[in-house]
Amino acid sequence: MIDTFAALAHGMAVAVQPMNLLYALIGVFLGTAVGVLPGIGPALTVALLLPVTYKLDPGGSLIMFAGIYYGGMYGGSTTAILINTPGESASMATALEGNKMAKAGRGGPALATAAIGSFVAGTIATIGLAFLAPWLVDIAVRFGPEDYFALMCVAFVTVSATFGDSPIRGLTSLFIGLTLGLVGIDKLTGQARLAFGVPELLDGVEVTTLAVGLFAVGEALYVASRRHHTEEKLEPVRGSLWMTKEDWKRSWKPWLRGTMFGFPIGALPAGGAEIPTFLSYSTEKRLTKHPEEFGKGAIEGVAGPEAANNASAAGTLVPLLTLGLPTSATAAMMLAGFQQYGLNPGPLLFAERPDLVWGLIASLFIANMMLLVLNLPLVGLWVRLLAIPQPWLYAGILVFATMGTIAAKPSVVELSMLAGFGVLGFLMRRFDFPIAPVVVGLILGPIAESQLRRALAISLGDPMTLLQSPISATLLGIALIALVAPFVLKGLGRFKANED
Amino acid sequence: MFRFPMRLVGAAVALTLAAANPGFAQQLELKLMAPAAPGGGWDQTARSMQQALVAAGVARSVQVTNVPGAGGSVGIAQFVNGAKGDGNQMMVNGFVMVGALAMNKSPVTLEQVTPIARLTEEIQVIVVPANSPIKNAQDLAAAVKADIAKVTFAGGSAGGVDHVMAALFAGAVGADAKKINYIPFSGGGESLAAILGGKVTAGISGLSEYEGQIKSGKLRAIGVTSEKRIAGSDIPTFKEQGIDLVIANWRSVVAPPGITPEQRKTLSDAVEKMVKSDAWKEILKQKGWEDAYLGGDAFADFLKKETARVTDVLKSVGLVKS
Repeated sequence: MIDTFAALAHGMAVAVQPMNLLYALIGVFLGTAVGVLPGIGPALTVALLLPVTYKLDPGGSLIMFAGIYYGGMYGGSTTAILINTPGESASMATALEGNKMAKAGRGGPALATAAIGSFVAGTIATIGLAFLAPWLVDIAVRFGPEDYFALMCVAFVTVSATFGDSPIRGLTSLFIGLTLGLVGIDKLTGQARLAFGVPELLDGVEVTTLAVGLFAVGEALYVASRRHHTEEKLEPVRGSLWMTKEDWKRSWKPWLRGTMFGFPIGALPAGGAEIPTFLSYSTEKRLTKHPEEFGKGAIEGVAGPEAANNASAAGTLVPLLTLGLPTSATAAMMLAGFQQYGLNPGPLLFAERPDLVWGLIASLFIANMMLLVLNLPLVGLWVRLLAIPQPWLYAGILVFATMGTIAAKPSVVELSMLAGFGVLGFLMRRFDFPIAPVVVGLILGPIAESQLRRALAISLGDPMTLLQSPISATLLGIALIALVAPFVLKGLGRFKANED
Repeated sequence: MFRFPMRLVGAAVALTLAAANPGFAQQLELKLMAPAAPGGGWDQTARSMQQALVAAGVARSVQVTNVPGAGGSVGIAQFVNGAKGDGNQMMVNGFVMVGALAMNKSPVTLEQVTPIARLTEEIQVIVVPANSPIKNAQDLAAAVKADIAKVTFAGGSAGGVDHVMAALFAGAVGADAKKINYIPFSGGGESLAAILGGKVTAGISGLSEYEGQIKSGKLRAIGVTSEKRIAGSDIPTFKEQGIDLVIANWRSVVAPPGITPEQRKTLSDAVEKMVKSDAWKEILKQKGWEDAYLGGDAFADFLKKETARVTDVLKSVGLVKS
């Protein structure tokens, strides 16, 4: 413990050197910029910068990469809230309530709770990274394929039960997503599925293409279709631009709970940022004192997922620094960054280059501060976007969405898919099917499938392996309770009603 | 507005690189395709070539394009059809593309491109957790022979170099390669967790990927796939241990079909000059890649033999239907 403090203090001394501060600033600025644009994510940015930075000193460029990573997580939430276009899949949950808030004139508080929540979560998670990393990684490694499969089951059940008016609608959406997840080369046998001989489909459906198509394009089509029925009044600002006392009161618990989901799941080698954001959203929806506001713009639904998102970013650094194990695309690029200096992250890095590791951790604190300072004043500027007349705004969104998709994958097939998903999104909105479960199905379906098949391959086909692991058994139990409980409670309620 | 910083960065690179080599710049203006997303091995190879070609004064400019998809199947199709006869274009490829083309039943094959040179290779390794009862390659061979289904191998994507290597290992020790229990993970990271956690018997990957874990004693390396022992390393080769298993994850560069012999010579010379430059050697050292330069017809031969070997293995494990 004392050692950690001393090391961290030393790291602070490294991080506050003027050049390193400058690198952190460049990093967070670039990161915020690319996070805003769907398609160009932090991973691509780091990849493009790698050849440029190899002449810089290792500490400086790694600090810059970390800044880009954190900045990207911030930037993604801005477009998610304002124009319902999540810059990356981790800010999808934020779009759900955030965009509703923005439309109700509460874009300011939504952006503020996202920024402050990210700061709080990022800071707590970075402390966790500094103190718990060696211990946490031992647990993370114990997670086997069967345990991941069980974790996915929990996510499936909570998500389909939480979204939409009825579980049936939620499940329908989920299964659309699961089907889309089957497209492409099967990871375990190398066989193509549902690709219809189109080579571009062999790698499967891109998550950002689906998310942008369903959320942004679908929304634009829907608004256009209703234009002559009822003119939807958009108020750029109603009430305070800043968070009220009530907003603070409703935000701080979700921030903390989101962090509790984000950090440990992010630290799992196959955890990712999507599961914790959606788990956080479901949890907040259940715990809220204002259930009537969910679906219309509840601040808890922004605060929780946004905190979970940033905490998971710090979580991914745990396996990266302690094992040399990249668990996200950006982390993989940072690993390449380490390797270009002949450094191999892993158990030896802490011992061999403590200045570098602790300098990096310390600069994460600083990057977090910078992001808060950079983003809060911008809130006022961003919400003015909403004052743009609707046809212009949505035309702009369409251009923006198309550009992002082309930037990520320049192909006709990709653009056609974007348009197709846009129409699907429109139909689902028109007939009241929730959209989020589709994306969850696409992201988690393939992971769940390969983890299950891996578990069965290891156990030579014995399904009991799912119950023999204590972690898996517990998680499956939770999933079962979450699935059955609503029906049982309903039944009990009817029973009581009969008594009267 | 957000494109601005990117362009600025690009301009800055061009400026520094041009400034570093006044006078040497020649007329070659190359386009280099990496048939993969930014960040992977092929992309890094392409970007390293870009750096070295310009720094060595071989080319005035090199533009890298990424065409990701299906282990390079999308990229090579575009390359063969779109760059035909163009003597200023090249594409990076490697071992993984051989298997991917066979498995995806790609209409375009590696026979259609003009081979230029093999550039680098990575030695492969088999590891077990530190507390495993398996101590060396013979122990693993014995376990495979006893009950091949119970020996689980973790490695990269199906049909990739790790998978082929697991099948070759089984074949080399006299077991039925068809029955190997190979568990593909996406990338070395995820498989590393499964190996450290003792979920699988053994792991297969490039040596550099596991080097840190081997040095720190968390993983035990039971053999490397090089012909001879790597200088300064105490990991024995499989050959030393009596198992005939030699394989490497190589990366190479090819030109489009239909170019003239002169164009081919210009490109081959340019690549050869680059490989001999200090800039390239510096990059190899940084990235931990082995120099495996093999040019001209020798490489064309190698490519043909490797394609036949990989296709055979993939047929034997049932990934490619014959």
